[in-house]
Amino acid sequence: MTVSVNGERRELPDGATVAEVVTTLTGEERGVAVALNGEVVPRSAWPTTALAEGQSLEVLKAVQGG
Amino acid sequence: MNLGGRAWGSRLIMGTGGFRSLEELERALVASGAEMVTVALRRIDANGNGPSPLQVIDRLGLFVLPNTAGCYTAREAVRTAQLAREAFATDWIKLEVIGDDRTLHPDSVELLVAAEKLVADGFTVLPYTSDDPVLARRLEAVGCAAVMPLGSPIGAGRGIDNPHHIRLIVEQAQVPVVLDAGIGTASDAAMAMELGCDAVLIASAISRSDDPATMAQAMKLAVEAGRYAHQAGRIPVRLHAQASTPPAGRPDLDVPRTVSDTV
Repeated sequence: MTVSVNGERRELPDGATVAEVVTTLTGEERGVAVALNGEVVPRSAWPTTALAEGQSLEVLKAVQGG
Repeated sequence: MNLGGRAWGSRLIMGTGGFRSLEELERALVASGAEMVTVALRRIDANGNGPSPLQVIDRLGLFVLPNTAGCYTAREAVRTAQLAREAFATDWIKLEVIGDDRTLHPDSVELLVAAEKLVADGFTVLPYTSDDPVLARRLEAVGCAAVMPLGSPIGAGRGIDNPHHIRLIVEQAQVPVVLDAGIGTASDAAMAMELGCDAVLIASAISRSDDPATMAQAMKLAVEAGRYAHQAGRIPVRLHAQASTPPAGRPDLDVPRTVSDTV
């Protein structure tokens, strides 16, 4: 299936979860947040939230600014 | 200072934008004596964006104030705040909703809408606002924990363009007033405190100076000096002089010299 991850199209195996995608991007958890189709996915739900074709995932982290 | 139901020892809040390295950020944070530090949220890029400022802030045991920098609508800002709550396990948010690219002035309408929603959602909201006294009152009325008017545009370094407006905001506010944005050098920070602001938030003036740690030290002292000056109560500004030495008891020394002196 194709999912948008931080604005880039990614091919992921069916049933891939939010937690699996986050792990490919960062080893950190604190300071990291995830939105799926614009809605916040609580950390506790990352392992159980399966992605679906065409969804948009944003994985954010703390950076200098503001 | 009490802000958001917590007692703070430092009246200097630090931004993290513009530092050339995390080492410079860390030295400046230590020198500033700040207890609260603001950070932004951005997409993780393919290489993980390198080390996070969060590691520095956590190591120093400082309080993380996430912000919504770069948001242009209330909807975007509310979602960013919700993501920040998840990322940092905090209900505190520096609310920033930008309305203009060249001046980075806040979009007042979107700001107020976002502030009201976030307060209702249980956030401790610290809004970055224009120096409009009426808007400051409205932000306080919807339950913001502070108001944070700009002195001049973000990164402009002009100091406080309209000190009269800052005074008006301070005069009416029942919540802390934090001068946010526009500080250029230490005297600007002192002036903000002399006008009665409760705290100052500084990023660029420190991070983009030639020597951030030394400038952070200067800002720390300026904030303290300005606060003392405000508490002490300054003298009125006068057009003419007011003698500091009493005229009474002045000797008469302008007398002709005696003959013996001239020999």
